[in-house]
Amino acid sequence: MMALKVNGRDHQVDADPDTPLLYVLRDDLALNAAKFGCGLGQCGACTVIVDNKAVLSCVTPLLLVEGKQVTTLEGLGTVAAPAPIQRAFMEEQAAQCGYCIAGMMMRAQALLMRNPKPSDAQIRAELEPHLCRCGTHMRILRAVHRAARLMDTADASDRSVR
Amino acid sequence: MTAPVVLDRRSVLAGGGALIVSFSLRRAGAQEKAAQGPKLPGSLATSPNLDSWIRIDADGQITAFTGKAELGQGFRTAFQQIAAEQLDIPFDALKVITADTKLTANEGYTSGSHSMQDSGTAILHAAAQARALLVAEAARQFDLPPDGLRTESAVVIAPDGRRLSYGELVASDLLHVEAQPTSHLKDPASFKVMGQPVPRVDIPAKVTGGAAYVQDMRLPGMVHARVVRPPSYGAQLSECDTAAIEKMPGVIGIVRDGNFLAVVAEKEFSAVKAMKALSAAAKWRESAKLPNQQDLANALTALPSQDFAIFERSDPAVNGARSLEATYTRPYQSHGSIGPSCAVAQFVDGAMTVWTHTQGVYPDRQAIAEMLGMPQSSVRLIHVEGSGCYGHNGADDAAADAALIARALPGRPIRVQWMREQEHGWEPYGPAMVTKLSASLTEDGRIADWNFAVWSNTHSMRPGGAGSLLAAQHMARSFAVPAPKPLPLPEGGGDRNAIPIYNFPNAHVMHHFIPTMPLRISAMRALGAYHNVFSIESFMDELAGLAGDDPVAFRLKHLDDARGRAVVETAAREFGWTRGQKPPQNRGYGFAFARYKNLAAYCAIATEVEVDRETGRARLVRAVAAVDAGQVVNPDGITNQIEGAIVQSTSWTLYESVTFDDTRITSIDWQTYPILRFDAVPDSIAVHIINRPGQPFLGSGETGQGPAAASLANAIADATGKRLRDLPLSRKRIKDAIDA
Repeated sequence: MMALKVNGRDHQVDADPDTPLLYVLRDDLALNAAKFGCGLGQCGACTVIVDNKAVLSCVTPLLLVEGKQVTTLEGLGTVAAPAPIQRAFMEEQAAQCGYCIAGMMMRAQALLMRNPKPSDAQIRAELEPHLCRCGTHMRILRAVHRAARLMDTADASDRSVR
Repeated sequence: MTAPVVLDRRSVLAGGGALIVSFSLRRAGAQEKAAQGPKLPGSLATSPNLDSWIRIDADGQITAFTGKAELGQGFRTAFQQIAAEQLDIPFDALKVITADTKLTANEGYTSGSHSMQDSGTAILHAAAQARALLVAEAARQFDLPPDGLRTESAVVIAPDGRRLSYGELVASDLLHVEAQPTSHLKDPASFKVMGQPVPRVDIPAKVTGGAAYVQDMRLPGMVHARVVRPPSYGAQLSECDTAAIEKMPGVIGIVRDGNFLAVVAEKEFSAVKAMKALSAAAKWRESAKLPNQQDLANALTALPSQDFAIFERSDPAVNGARSLEATYTRPYQSHGSIGPSCAVAQFVDGAMTVWTHTQGVYPDRQAIAEMLGMPQSSVRLIHVEGSGCYGHNGADDAAADAALIARALPGRPIRVQWMREQEHGWEPYGPAMVTKLSASLTEDGRIADWNFAVWSNTHSMRPGGAGSLLAAQHMARSFAVPAPKPLPLPEGGGDRNAIPIYNFPNAHVMHHFIPTMPLRISAMRALGAYHNVFSIESFMDELAGLAGDDPVAFRLKHLDDARGRAVVETAAREFGWTRGQKPPQNRGYGFAFARYKNLAAYCAIATEVEVDRETGRARLVRAVAAVDAGQVVNPDGITNQIEGAIVQSTSWTLYESVTFDDTRITSIDWQTYPILRFDAVPDSIAVHIINRPGQPFLGSGETGQGPAAASLANAIADATGKRLRDLPLSRKRIKDAIDA
């Protein structure tokens, strides 16, 4: 058994230590967002956040994330109460098939957590490991910019409440 | 023993007590009638009952049905808009059920930009006619003339204030009728839902981790399978000792049937590990039979072909003086879905259910039933979204894999997930093509005669018969690959868009159909139109150059179609195109135009590219598109499709080529088959839609592929002074051309 903290909850997982985190998230914890795209770390569809950093879960063995904080797209918000990044992708209609989108959003989220006001060039550079085959890139870029604005507004209103 | 029958739509509806249709009987009757009367609109022609499309239950629940599959194009939302508009109900007051052999009409494949035209049109008319029937029924109950009644939010309202809801009115057999050829459609000026950029209904789940794909299905008791595919086409399994693998932890069983090999395990990663072990244990006999990739164009044109003269126009009075000829080539290209194909199947009490991202639940059901030797009535296929496919990828094959494995392990739902190298190595590619063009110009710089010849395989090897499925080809009682056929015009396959839309006094178009298929191929977004439009629109620029004319003006000089002209003029104006324009250093401007299939949406694209002369790297800087897709249902949906088409076609055009040696496919992942990444994403893409209220829907999903390719090629030629005619327009080819 391995101990794992995902989206703020502790889990005991019956999986071998060499099991890629992706399979644990999808198969053992029934989480949908992280996607199998290549299993080779080439496309970014499986991206999740581990201790504030974007990680390719398809090539990250469970062994390496034991005791760390794993966040998936499910951990950010819901349809009823979406996180800023989720609201932004909905408002920009930034998906076609959407299969790559969860991974894109997680890397963008990790970027915005450490750099709340990234430039367009910084966003493009950050998303370089990610593939989208539908060609939704323009909308994805717009959505990340929008998410940055939404987070900024949310922070400001938080401060005003305090 | 007769096989159990999966309940069909007819018996289900009869059981549900809402609207009862005799689906198959009425259909047969309708076909007889169709021979006599006018053709019904869209897919009503093949499924004429109104309640095949619109169902209203006594409790007021409203459902629209489509036999088409949502592939990420967003038409589930567009269909909901159409039905809501014509029924006069709020957008949220209905839901849409998509392709399912138990519930929806048979609309064949979701392909060819046909969904709006076929299914959208059927829903438009069925909803309008359903509303008219509801109003007529209310008039009867109110004892008032129908003209004075109005509808609002699923209620018919009389001038005196009396109200009857749709649910109350439909309690009888109201919608159990065949459609009429014409409908009283709402005036487009009064539209509230159609024409609006309604947010897509599928996006919220996709951005919050909801279950959105077949990959996300988790049925009770479900287990995981992986297939071990042969290393090359035609390889024979000679030896495979499975004893050690069967003992691996979590392994439930191994399925071996001829050259078909799969393993099933309780957990997904156990299945992956067992697959790797099984793959290492399997010994195959392979044979070298792939063509020489370095000489692909000659290898293709040397194959035997069936030759068709598909267009002839002759005006002996017009003669050309200066002439030009050119050959253009396209390699095999991958659909390259980001998610490899996946399916879930369950075999219970002799009945097979398959959840699949196939584009055609009915044809795939036919193929799977044939493969399994089961009656079609015992097989149900349910479409569940997968990763975007852009044509015939591994979806149908994964569905067949799952069904074959499920039959071997009855009871438990079997989830088959292809691996990356399986999708890249085994998907049916977009076919390689060769075009040869020649033309001459009159003294005053107009095209006098035009000759176009295209060499191509078919562009559809989709199922219908079992032989199209890999599992059926590989099993011991194997099914032969069906003989390929050229797809008929006017839509065509290899000759799609081979006939020019321009008005030339003399024109000859030849289609050299090549039956031999050295690589596994099938339908990829836009079929032959991608290469044919690339060729025609590149050559138009070459001829404009010879004539000393501006590329846009030269096109307009030969274009009579008023809607086509409007699209060309709009794209040019919005781009800021001017005669004699001078791009900045190392940049170029390009233009291209087509009407997809010469009968669907019009699209013109102007581009600006930047070429690094040191490396040969070309980057699309900006693109401006104009599109006419007829009556617009969801403008943001069209914009999304065109933006995506431009980016995807840019990737095909600049980077992509399937690679192979004499035996094996060697482009098997994203390292060996690179596609566009964010560093190549343009600064901007602008899409200008020309709405045509009241005009038929023209599918827009594929119209951008060809124009984007040619526009890029023309811009690169403008930037470098060099014309590239072999796809992809790779960094090396551009660099070599610059250095030549």
